[in-house]
Amino acid sequence: MDGNAPDFAAASRAALADPQLRGNFRRAMDGLMSKRAAQFADTGEWTGVRALAASVRLRALSKLPELLEKLEENCTRNGIAVHWAATTEEANAIALDILHKANAKLVVKGKSMVTEEMHLNAVLEKDGIEVLESDLGEYIVQLDGTMPSHIIMPAIHLNTKQIAHLFKRKIKDAESREDAAYLTDLARRVLRAKFQAADVGMSGVNAAVAETGTLCLIENEGNGRMCTTVPPVHIAFMGLEKVVETLEDVPPVISLLPRSATGQPITTYVNMISGPRKDGEKDGPREVHLVILDNGRSGIYADPELRDTLRCIRCGACMNHCPVYTKVGGHAYEAPYPGPIGKILVPQIEGLAKRGAMPHACTMCNACVEICPVKIPIVEIMGRLRVEAVKPGGAVKDGGAKASRAEAMVWSGWAAMNASPTAYRIATAAMSRLGNAAPASLPMLKEWTNVRTKPRFAGRTLHDLARAKGVPDV
Amino acid sequence: MSATPKPTRVYYFGTCLVDLFFPDAGMAGIELLQSQGLTVVFPQGQSCCGQPAYNSGYRADALKVARAQLDLFPGDDPIVVPSGSCAGMMKKHWPDLFHGEPDEAKAVQVAGRVWELTQFLVHVLDVQFTDKGEPVRVTWHASCHAQREMGVVEEPKSLLRQLANVELVELKREKECCGFGGTFAVRHPEISAAMVGDKVADIEGTGAARVVSGDCGCLLNITGALEAGAKAARGQHIAQFLKERIHGR
Ligand code: SF4
Repeated sequence: MDGNAPDFAAASRAALADPQLRGNFRRAMDGLMSKRAAQFADTGEWTGVRALAASVRLRALSKLPELLEKLEENCTRNGIAVHWAATTEEANAIALDILHKANAKLVVKGKSMVTEEMHLNAVLEKDGIEVLESDLGEYIVQLDGTMPSHIIMPAIHLNTKQIAHLFKRKIKDAESREDAAYLTDLARRVLRAKFQAADVGMSGVNAAVAETGTLCLIENEGNGRMCTTVPPVHIAFMGLEKVVETLEDVPPVISLLPRSATGQPITTYVNMISGPRKDGEKDGPREVHLVILDNGRSGIYADPELRDTLRCIRCGACMNHCPVYTKVGGHAYEAPYPGPIGKILVPQIEGLAKRGAMPHACTMCNACVEICPVKIPIVEIMGRLRVEAVKPGGAVKDGGAKASRAEAMVWSGWAAMNASPTAYRIATAAMSRLGNAAPASLPMLKEWTNVRTKPRFAGRTLHDLARAKGVPDV
Repeated sequence: MSATPKPTRVYYFGTCLVDLFFPDAGMAGIELLQSQGLTVVFPQGQSCCGQPAYNSGYRADALKVARAQLDLFPGDDPIVVPSGSCAGMMKKHWPDLFHGEPDEAKAVQVAGRVWELTQFLVHVLDVQFTDKGEPVRVTWHASCHAQREMGVVEEPKSLLRQLANVELVELKREKECCGFGGTFAVRHPEISAAMVGDKVADIEGTGAARVVSGDCGCLLNITGALEAGAKAARGQHIAQFLKERIHGR
């Protein structure tokens, strides 16, 4: 295995050994699944809104270069400075440059997954700039020194008791109270003071409207509004796929997102940001910047099949419904995007040498495909990545990195056996007769028999029985 | 519901797992179809649908195996498969697998004739079964591919509900994967174990004596875990369960 490649198997073992963590996820995800189900009880309505949202995203992607140009043009007209970053390094450099020019010492952030992808917080801290996450979940995770475990609910791996404990340790004068209202209030008090003092506010973008140059940001806590309006400078970060064509394209996205994610009909706050404070206006930032990140996305875009990955609106519903994610939690993936979308997006961004194991952390049950609000064929893309992991020359970075001579030989032997009726008959007869003698310590059988009895070969095959009972062959 | 005129002859594709581990269930499926007056043809040249290699990233090997099945089912008669997963592979993925190949048209034609067993019993044959068995409580395990690739959700449960002495108690998380996933179970044994652990707990919660399913991968996984955990419930393929009920055994 690659020296610095994250080891999902090992990380998931550790997660599974933590009963508290498993319990937290099971409970939280069960709750989220039933809340989502209640939102879409009317299957006719679901089919309709889903088709609409998918068509909005498909149309945007079908003219992505044109829409991005338009977005830049209209943002610029609105006074939003647009910056293009091919890589996360470039994006970080752009952010630092803006911060230096603003002489910034303190940054407040509203939740942004793209900045997680950039590891921006670490970069800022190294530069001596204090950065504070203002979304309650992100704030908790930051205090705890870990990563978000879910793209919508970053601290979903912790329960109230654990959070109370953390606050007690990290916040001055915190009382030891396992009371969600008290804890929220406490965090709010800390954050309020910082909002007032911050030099720069940062946020993500849920949808950027090409025709008007508007940035849409949805959230529940009001921290997003604070980050984007109180500090004198606002920097928004988006992946280049986040553009939509018209203002009418926004409602299907921002309604399906919370309905799918948390079962909320709409978020408490819907921010439509159309530029910096104008002359005569009393509030709003003096500067607004938009950093548009590529980081491998244009490569994904170039392949018609892989392109569907970019439809994603980051609702996180695929995580909530993934039987693997709900068992191991988000941290086991050691990636900014965990769960099903992570398993297809991260290997495409970071390459198959580093992330070639990720597409295999899946039973291909299709639960994610069934609920994805924009109908991404997640499992088909997963299958494609499995192919490219062992076969060089494909579209994905580091194709063939997981090729193994031994594995290829096993499959070609398997194919030879199953493609010839004679070979198949001989092999299955032998397995039926002798298979049960195989010791449980054999590789594969060992893993299987950890929690299961050995599969028992039946002694006679169906081919045999059918022939004996006179079932016609033609 | 049976819009399709009833055929008189069907092909049966047994699948490799049935062949090796559940041949009695495979035979029961054949007998259920025969009991409805059908001629069932079991081409002896058949082996596997190709799914294991297909899902592992070895499409050329999958194609080779799938191609070896194509000529076994000439004509237009339906092809009945006692597995939602293998039926899904043939119906949904063969057209992709053969895309651009010289025999693509044939593969698409064959794929279009594939039915999962319970789907065929309900929608085409409109069977009405009479229960001769003792009272029993069972639960139903829906395989992921039966549900999501073949759209088989209510069919097997409707068959179980036809049986007067069978009490069907549904699982709390019926739609959740049991953790088999082909090579997943050995690639990620701990996660698979956690998944089947949750499934076993769900089964136990129903108080069912038996968990019935239409897919042998799931059955190997679930029954293996039930046995290893010394649980009272046992797993059984739906074809065999139905056959036993009808014959009062
Ligand atoms: S892949 Fe679909 S379900 Fe998952 S986060 Fe993206 S939009 Fe939501």
